[in-house]
Amino acid sequence: MVAGKVWKYGKDVNTDVILPGRFLDSYEPEYLASHAMEDLDKEFAKAVKKGDIVVAETNFGCGSSREQAASCLGYCGVQAVVAKSFSRLFYRNAINQGIAVIESPECVDALNKGDEVDFDLLGGTIKNLTTGKTLTFRPLPPFVMEILESGGLVEHLKKKMAK
Amino acid sequence: MAYTIAEKILMRASGSKTVEPGEIVNAKVDVAMSHDNAALVSKVFGEIGVPKVWDASKIVIPIDHRVPANNIKVAEGHVKIRNFVKKQGIKHFYDVREGVCHQIMPEFGHVAPGLLIVGTDSHTTTYGAFGAFSTGIGATEMAAVWASGELWLKVPETFKITLDGSLKEHVFSKDVILQIIGDLTAEGANYKSIEYYGTAVDEMSVGSRMTITNMSMEMGAKSAIMVPDQKVFDYLKTRTNEKLEAVIADADAVYEKELKYDVSQIGPKVACPHTVDNVKDVGEVAGTVVHQAVLGSCTNGRVEDLKAGSRMLAGKKIHDDVRLIIAPASRQVYLEAMEEGLIQKFVKAGAIVINPGCGPCLGAHEGIIAAGENCIASTNRNFQGRMGSTEAGIYLASPATVVASAVAGVITDPREGSTW
Repeated sequence: MVAGKVWKYGKDVNTDVILPGRFLDSYEPEYLASHAMEDLDKEFAKAVKKGDIVVAETNFGCGSSREQAASCLGYCGVQAVVAKSFSRLFYRNAINQGIAVIESPECVDALNKGDEVDFDLLGGTIKNLTTGKTLTFRPLPPFVMEILESGGLVEHLKKKMAK
Repeated sequence: MAYTIAEKILMRASGSKTVEPGEIVNAKVDVAMSHDNAALVSKVFGEIGVPKVWDASKIVIPIDHRVPANNIKVAEGHVKIRNFVKKQGIKHFYDVREGVCHQIMPEFGHVAPGLLIVGTDSHTTTYGAFGAFSTGIGATEMAAVWASGELWLKVPETFKITLDGSLKEHVFSKDVILQIIGDLTAEGANYKSIEYYGTAVDEMSVGSRMTITNMSMEMGAKSAIMVPDQKVFDYLKTRTNEKLEAVIADADAVYEKELKYDVSQIGPKVACPHTVDNVKDVGEVAGTVVHQAVLGSCTNGRVEDLKAGSRMLAGKKIHDDVRLIIAPASRQVYLEAMEEGLIQKFVKAGAIVINPGCGPCLGAHEGIIAAGENCIASTNRNFQGRMGSTEAGIYLASPATVVASAVAGVITDPREGSTW
């Protein structure tokens, strides 16, 4: 459990603003991290810290299948994205990158930009240290938890193959 | 039990006796497509540590997004792909000369009714026009597919959309899908499979159907399927050895939502900045100044699209203040368009013809737009910054509306001033 800060956005946050197409020419983690959210929020990549969470309204990550839209957030240290709903491609990509994706309108409404939070994936809670409220969310399916606990799909497959 | 098309295909691919929406199945993939991001897929595949891909004949790799390479990093990515293709003996590789993946896949017979096709591109839904269940996945899970041939998929609920009536003149399947996206919104079909039926679909060419299944992704659809008919079989029979047999839904299959349209009531539409569901009648935005126009892409870059666009020229020149960029969807489309004299017409009118590829659609190269500029395009996405500056506006429309606007210099109703 790492404490972090909330970055809050609106609905239909699309892959082109999360990681614009002009930065798809390289897969280097530092490069991708430095351009995360650039066309939506220029402050994000500069100020985001390990343990922060991204919170958004509906249809987060709509658009392209580009995995870099998920991985760039992971490379920035984002540990979870909490949204009212997700596009299916972003949802899958984030899990495969080891980033927790929580679909919870209640949590979204109870989190504000800049709030300090303790995010607990295993416990299914987000403690909002700023408001003092503890929010709960539905646990992810067991096979998704296994992937997340391994740190992503590649590590998960490696573990599986080693068995 | 009664099943939808998506349910039947996933049932077959997963070897299940029954399936129901919401259930997660492990399915065997029939065809796996990756474009330029095959470079990333191959890198992740290397990390997994499996020496050989599961089936070198089932992987298709067309390089199309930045072609030919527009910088050194991209060129290096292409080299990695070529090396991987050689090393693994990937049978179906299409280098930078061939065109856009979603056009290449049908042209070279890599799609067929009833197949489960996955691709590392969101518009993989296109192949539903051929009766396949096809959907986009990420690069890391594609690496897992390359290693195992399998993938987990949630069985989607299905929407049934019936399109009856006949399209009016100057109205195209692009206008129909924009109308539907405007109605359902950008998230209206998230996670769902859509089945399209109706006499309007029957009347459409295979290419026009592809426009609809391609853009269904813009309302979040996981797959968009049409029952293949003789037109599809005729298109595919010389291109593939796969069995050409339609998978059809049971008469009492359960649909989560059913929608009906009379397409004769639909006029030319424009999706306005910065979301695809911000759809208006062309008349509402007519007169908006455009600086660039793009006719091409996997959505509307086929011969019929170039033809529909060329008719709007009617001997006129492209407006002095507009760059009209023509990007044929593939080399074959390019050749056919030349044989039909379409390319000559466009060049004479002052258009810029670029090589087949995705370039301008995603702001990769070949037509980046500046702050304060507007672009009208036959492509599929108008997200802020997609084609260049975040302070530019992108309008999506049919090929006819795009070219009519390029001639006038402002967004123009293709029904106005038309000579055909």
